Amino acid sequence: MQVTMTVNDVEVTREIEGRLLLVHFLRDVLGLTGTHAGCDTSNCGTCVVWLDGEPVKSCTVLAAMAGGHQVRTVEGLAKGAELDPVQQGFIQCHGLQCGFCTPGMMMTARALLNRNPDPTEAEIREAISGQICRCTGYATIVRSVRWAAVHEANAAAAVTETIESREAGEIDNAGRPAGSVV
Amino acid sequence: MTTVHERVDTFHDNDQKPVGYGRMLRKEDPRFVRGRGRFVDDVRLPGMLHLAILRSPVAHARILSIDTSAAEASPGVKAVVTGAMLAEQGLAWMPTLSNDVQAVLATDKVRFQGQEVAFVVAEDKYAARDALELIDVEYDVLDPVVDARRALEPGAPVIRDDLDGKTDNHCFDWETGDEAATAAVFARADVVVSQDLVYPRVHPAPMETCGALADFDPVDGKLRLWSTTQAPHAHRTLYALVAGIPEHKIQVISPDIGGGFGNKVPIYPGYVCAIVASIVTGKPVKWMEDRFENLISTGFARDYIMRGEIAATRDGRILAIRTNVLADHGAFNGTAAPVKYPAGFFGVFTGSYDIEAAYCKMTAVFTNKAPGGVAYACSFRITEAVYLVERIVDCLADELGMDPAELRLKNFIRPEQFPYTTKTGWVYDSGDYEPTMRLAMEMAGYADLRREQQEKRARGELMGIGVAFFTEAVGAGPRKNMDILGLGMADGCELRVHPTGKAVVRLSVQSQGQGHETTFAQIVAEEIGIPPDDIDVVHGDTDNTPFGLGTYGSRSTPVSGAAAALVARKVRDKAKIIASGMLEVSVADLEWDKGSFRVKGDPGRSVTIQDIAMRAHGAGDLPEGVEGGLEAQICYNPSNLTYPHGAYICVVDIDPGTAQVKVRRFIAVDDCGTRINPMIIEGQVHGGLADGVGMALMEMIAFDEDGNCLGASLMDYLIPTALEVPDWETGFTVTPSPHHPIGAKGVGESATVGSPPAIVNAVVDALEPFGVRHADMPLTPSRVWDAMRGNARPPI
Repeated sequence: MQVTMTVNDVEVTREIEGRLLLVHFLRDVLGLTGTHAGCDTSNCGTCVVWLDGEPVKSCTVLAAMAGGHQVRTVEGLAKGAELDPVQQGFIQCHGLQCGFCTPGMMMTARALLNRNPDPTEAEIREAISGQICRCTGYATIVRSVRWAAVHEANAAAAVTETIESREAGEIDNAGRPAGSVV
Repeated sequence: MTTVHERVDTFHDNDQKPVGYGRMLRKEDPRFVRGRGRFVDDVRLPGMLHLAILRSPVAHARILSIDTSAAEASPGVKAVVTGAMLAEQGLAWMPTLSNDVQAVLATDKVRFQGQEVAFVVAEDKYAARDALELIDVEYDVLDPVVDARRALEPGAPVIRDDLDGKTDNHCFDWETGDEAATAAVFARADVVVSQDLVYPRVHPAPMETCGALADFDPVDGKLRLWSTTQAPHAHRTLYALVAGIPEHKIQVISPDIGGGFGNKVPIYPGYVCAIVASIVTGKPVKWMEDRFENLISTGFARDYIMRGEIAATRDGRILAIRTNVLADHGAFNGTAAPVKYPAGFFGVFTGSYDIEAAYCKMTAVFTNKAPGGVAYACSFRITEAVYLVERIVDCLADELGMDPAELRLKNFIRPEQFPYTTKTGWVYDSGDYEPTMRLAMEMAGYADLRREQQEKRARGELMGIGVAFFTEAVGAGPRKNMDILGLGMADGCELRVHPTGKAVVRLSVQSQGQGHETTFAQIVAEEIGIPPDDIDVVHGDTDNTPFGLGTYGSRSTPVSGAAAALVARKVRDKAKIIASGMLEVSVADLEWDKGSFRVKGDPGRSVTIQDIAMRAHGAGDLPEGVEGGLEAQICYNPSNLTYPHGAYICVVDIDPGTAQVKVRRFIAVDDCGTRINPMIIEGQVHGGLADGVGMALMEMIAFDEDGNCLGASLMDYLIPTALEVPDWETGFTVTPSPHHPIGAKGVGESATVGSPPAIVNAVVDALEPFGVRHADMPLTPSRVWDAMRGNARPPI
């Protein structure tokens, strides 16, 4: 059968078997190997991607079911060379070791922050409770997500400050002090 | 609440150490956070085929017939191979790391559920799995041996009738210490406490399962094997011995590994099957097991049934420890351990205490279960040794009515006694135990916790405080007495400085997430003054790295880390001679200054290591007798193991209505000597503590009486999630290893070793109002519930 879906903003069409799992479609057909497969009972969450913005375990979704939908994987998390704050948080706070659970963890974390920009430690633990990590003992993952939340809040505050300054006529549209000569 | 008693040891602002040790962010992370890691299953080659393995549905049975015709006719199938076909090539059996043999594919009979019986090679993995369903195997089911306690009973079914003259299930006997001297001390002791303890069978369950991609090139006769191996060089040698391919024609590549935890040390039948399949089909063949296969057939951990006995004076002076162990090794002895140490380093069961006598007698048996034993951060059975001593010391504290922390403090080996030879012959290198224990107690607020516990007990609430203090033994090991299949446990390291002053260091060890690409750059940077960002760390490719035994037993820092420091010093020595030529002074007039040599008394005259590197490769004469280039190689043979230690305190609350144990706090103070990267150590400790919570409260590979494995999926084999673990509280002390070039000890497994007894001690402490004196892991709600009602029982 033929399936068409949008993966990381790119439309793809492929001929597939109806039984093909989404995780294998992403890895084996599209070569997007950042998404991993760590179990066969839908427990580990190393395969988490987004389906229309919601985290799903792609080992528990048929590729055919994603037809017509938007899929986002870890490869589509950064904006070009610029890492998502969640990715940066995992680096800053040592939220990964072997790196196998990391893509799924980050996709869940990003989805959480989109919904709840200031999650508590308990909310973060709840959000990632469908995912297993064998290396970190989770504490640094929690810190990584908090780092991203704080970083984004600070960045948002900076943006708000910029807009307010611009509205007050203190800076121009390029961010320079008003009236400055280049 | 996070209380991190870590020195702020930030990488770039430590004046003393401008380039080397400290909290450096990882060089590995940028690729992993982008999904650009390269794990075995990510590797694809043109024309690649896929292999799937048919496994035994029963624990013990004769194979009467195998019909593969329907599978062979299945679409996309290229080959179906049985044990009989392998036997014709002499490949049906392979040596294990314990000098036993293991069936690659079963020929005569199956000996554990999940054992490899046949394999299919097909164009894609779905087609390969389809064909497995079409293989028809006829079994004559035999009685299995499931309970190790009954393995040696007369009339027990003989599992290993493949071995000539084998008439029972005896695997090996082993003893250590002085039996008579220990008996004499026990006879005159005021107090003797005995306790039966089981360390149940668990599984390392790395998130990435085992797998391999074999590519045999029939033209040049070379085999390339990408595989999930923690010991690529040792594997290469073993494949050469098994398959008869010359060693220079085998390249083992261990790419990024998604966690190993000891699971990826042994050679598994699947790797050999992939090699055979590639040779047979002339195509690259990939084998990637699923989680069920990983849990049911690859290296388990623990499975020691122990009786611990401790003798003491009435005032709490520990005199002797004695233990009797029954070890369940499964159907084949696949334990990865140095040849002369069939029980690993269990001999360190005397722990951190200065005692008069010790003795251990062990019997190991075969049962109808998967092989393994040494895995899951055990440091060669030290998990079991530490669990034994730390539980039995708590049992003694209970008997004497003494505080368990005070009892330990009273009996510690004192700092002036190091190097300390234990009563079982282990020479502990260094240790200063009391400050470590005191720091943990201070961080925990130990006295306040005991007061809180009293108040809660008065209200009928169940709160427990568990203490454990461990001495690890890591860094195997001196080649005079430690080898794996005849390969000495030394490790190589090669350092090459490029003309522009950048460098590459090649290791014989293999990271599986422990951060070697970062920390080995830091070790070399510290010694040679090149920033770690300018040093590339290469590992895992046997064609391009020096020989060595790989990463397990927390041996990377003790052995390979020593090699990295020494090879950098060797290069620095050569650099000094070149510098003397450049500055036209004698070598004796030069001094090292963090990245440059300067003339003593004339600091204005100096050359940097980068200047020297260019000179070493560039134009102009070099001093007499100095070759061009700036590189060196070394093979480091450690003189002893390193013996890190730690003090752990765990606080649990138990819901009296559901018997659910909650770990409220966990304080871990580790001492691994010189600390290369505190951030990475902290992460290693966190991961090991989570292992401890898993083992103590949740994890177990259980079997029913027919030998069916009851823990072969993550539905049943429960691993902690973020909800089952607390935020960890870590601290440290520093007692360097005197024999190690940079004073560093291993640490990766310490937390897995030290945390289970702390947690069990806490649970037993919480259950004191119920008169509970011991309860075996895993302390699941149902097992704690039973213990509260006087029905504590062994798990197996």
